[in-house]
Amino acid sequence: MNSTLAILAILDGISYAALVFLVSVGLSLIFGVLRVVNVAHGSLYAFGAYLAATFSLAIAPISPWLTYPALLAASIVIGVVCGGFIERFLLRPLSGQEDVLQLLITFAAFMIMDNLQRLIWGVQPIFAAEPLRLLPNIAVFGVSYTSYQVILLPGVALATLFGLRYFLRRTLSGAVILAVTEDREASTAIGIDAKRVYFVTFVIGASLAALGGALASPTTSLVPGMGADMIVLSFAVAATAGLGQIEGTALTALMIGLTRAFVIYLQPEFEVLVPYLLMVLVLLVRPFGLFGAVQVRKI
Amino acid sequence: MKFLKAAVAAGLVVAAFTGTSLAQNKPSELKIGITTFLSGPASVFGVPAKAAAEMIAEDLNKKGGIGGVPVKLSFIDEGAGGEALVSNYRRVVQDEKVDATFASISSGSCTQLVPVAEDLKVMNFMWDCGAASILETKKYRYNFRTQANGTPEMLAVLLYLLKTKPDFKTIAVVNQDYAWGRESWEIFSTALKAMKPDVQVVAELFPKFGAPDYSTEVSRLLALRPDVVLTTSWGGDLDTLVRQAGQRGLLQQSTFVLGIGESSIQRLGKDLPEGLIVGARGDHWFLHPEKKNDAAFKAFNEAFKAKTGAWPIYPVYHMAQAFKALQTAYDKAIKSNGGNWPTREQVVDATAGIEFATGFGRPITLRPEDNQGLEAQLVGVTKSVPGYDFKLLDNMMIFDPKMITNPAGVRSVEWLKTLKPDFVKMDVPTFKAQ
Repeated sequence: MNSTLAILAILDGISYAALVFLVSVGLSLIFGVLRVVNVAHGSLYAFGAYLAATFSLAIAPISPWLTYPALLAASIVIGVVCGGFIERFLLRPLSGQEDVLQLLITFAAFMIMDNLQRLIWGVQPIFAAEPLRLLPNIAVFGVSYTSYQVILLPGVALATLFGLRYFLRRTLSGAVILAVTEDREASTAIGIDAKRVYFVTFVIGASLAALGGALASPTTSLVPGMGADMIVLSFAVAATAGLGQIEGTALTALMIGLTRAFVIYLQPEFEVLVPYLLMVLVLLVRPFGLFGAVQVRKI
Repeated sequence: MKFLKAAVAAGLVVAAFTGTSLAQNKPSELKIGITTFLSGPASVFGVPAKAAAEMIAEDLNKKGGIGGVPVKLSFIDEGAGGEALVSNYRRVVQDEKVDATFASISSGSCTQLVPVAEDLKVMNFMWDCGAASILETKKYRYNFRTQANGTPEMLAVLLYLLKTKPDFKTIAVVNQDYAWGRESWEIFSTALKAMKPDVQVVAELFPKFGAPDYSTEVSRLLALRPDVVLTTSWGGDLDTLVRQAGQRGLLQQSTFVLGIGESSIQRLGKDLPEGLIVGARGDHWFLHPEKKNDAAFKAFNEAFKAKTGAWPIYPVYHMAQAFKALQTAYDKAIKSNGGNWPTREQVVDATAGIEFATGFGRPITLRPEDNQGLEAQLVGVTKSVPGYDFKLLDNMMIFDPKMITNPAGVRSVEWLKTLKPDFVKMDVPTFKAQ
């Protein structure tokens, strides 16, 4: 492989990693704080994508540039409405009970949302590429790239990474979330409303999943079943990084994105295996993930 | 005289009993079990096909049904897959006691259900699945395929490419990583190697089924600059690939061949440029050059458009073929049975070798040696035509199925290896878009 192809592969890898990070980080955040593996995360991604496409198609005739705020608006709507509903009415009543119940209830939510998606948007693929078309293509060694994929998506992913870091480490609300994550009992004892923290965290995580879907919507066809594929991939990324590790999720997404891109150039047969092969290898050596730490279990 | 009366009476009794033994009581309804995708990505085919089945059944019943018996449909969601599909199929056959089944869209589903149909002795029409191997490896009594299989479908597309772009030197493939993606490439590449051995395959890419992103594949193809890019992908995968390739100029750089792209043309709208070669899994096109002026064809297409909002695509016509085959088989069996309602076994006997015509394409024959349908293949190239917000097919060729289907008893791949470069020179009629 010559250096030109290597640069092309790096660009492809970064673009893919950005999207994978945006979806996986929400799952990781929710697990880090609530200790819930949210199987409905893939449905939130799909709903974000479908609603963003609906908004984009509706607003594009007025002004194509309004499709960008439409993507953001769709993410927030899905995060607040769907995420809020799942946390408040499905997860909270099961608080303190067996972990497997939370897993099952989010799986039920996933199944329901999958059917709802078909009822609302039908089964024919939907495509809303307006936000992508607005930005020009750029040429790298004679190969054309859309700036949406190689500039905008990585930019949003970086902004999300640093925004989350700043929020969690430099703001009072972030400190409260970290306190609840560290020790729920102690933080409740000093007056922190843990239920509220859980709600807010879940809504943020759900909004990030929906944002991933919304940003993906201009680049791909929206089809039934898209959520199921994404939950598997984002779980692989989050597990490889170590559940709850935000920076780790970013680095793992980048690692998976770059490896996948190089594999497509060199040995495309192994493309599908890449994320899962990496996950297995990492978990065999470090069962808590690349960036996870061994935790003390209370007995 | 007494003897004569007794003889006449005895004769009447014998005749009555003999007659009863050959004639079944005409049922109040003819039940058909249909497997189709109502969920998952393949519902892009399954849902329009279900709409077509309902439309055809309604129309059929208005006209008196089959042999004077109205048809009643039961649907099974293929999306459930695996054991659930088999269980549902058994339930429909054994509990609902359907008279025939149409199964399925997916070759995986067909592979699972064909032995079950044989075991349950229920007549089954493989109405859409394309794996050639199913009927090549075993002779079945109760299973028939009412359309072509992947071999003539891919061969027609390749012949079109060789006839219209004879000088290409390099080719790349981007297919979905599952049975159809792999098998269709095996058929295409085997035939290509036999008929044009100097062509170099520069990339074989099999992205994950349902992949949302083909950026890396597109980059690699842009760097490789193949003369031709083949894809037999379908549904959302094909739409995404075509759009991502189009946004980055790949559709303009290489000649794209969409092996079964007819089903995506309307959805892709203006994103599909001119000059792409498109196959249709049969001679299926809502503006079929030999049928477009037929009143019944136009009426069906317009009724379907009114019902679903889109013009029919190939699974719709495949569904119509299954109904027509069933109707033809029953009519033949009833006639052979002296006008009486036939037994199931008599219908199965009657089905082998039938020829039927939906009026939506050329007639189809069920080859008696292996129950494989011989169906013509239409391939064309995309072209903008005023009045349509999507591309139409132009320079359409319709291939004779007898020329491009492997003979019964010979495995597809083995037959394809025997093809010679002269095979391309066969005469094929060409039709303009309008």
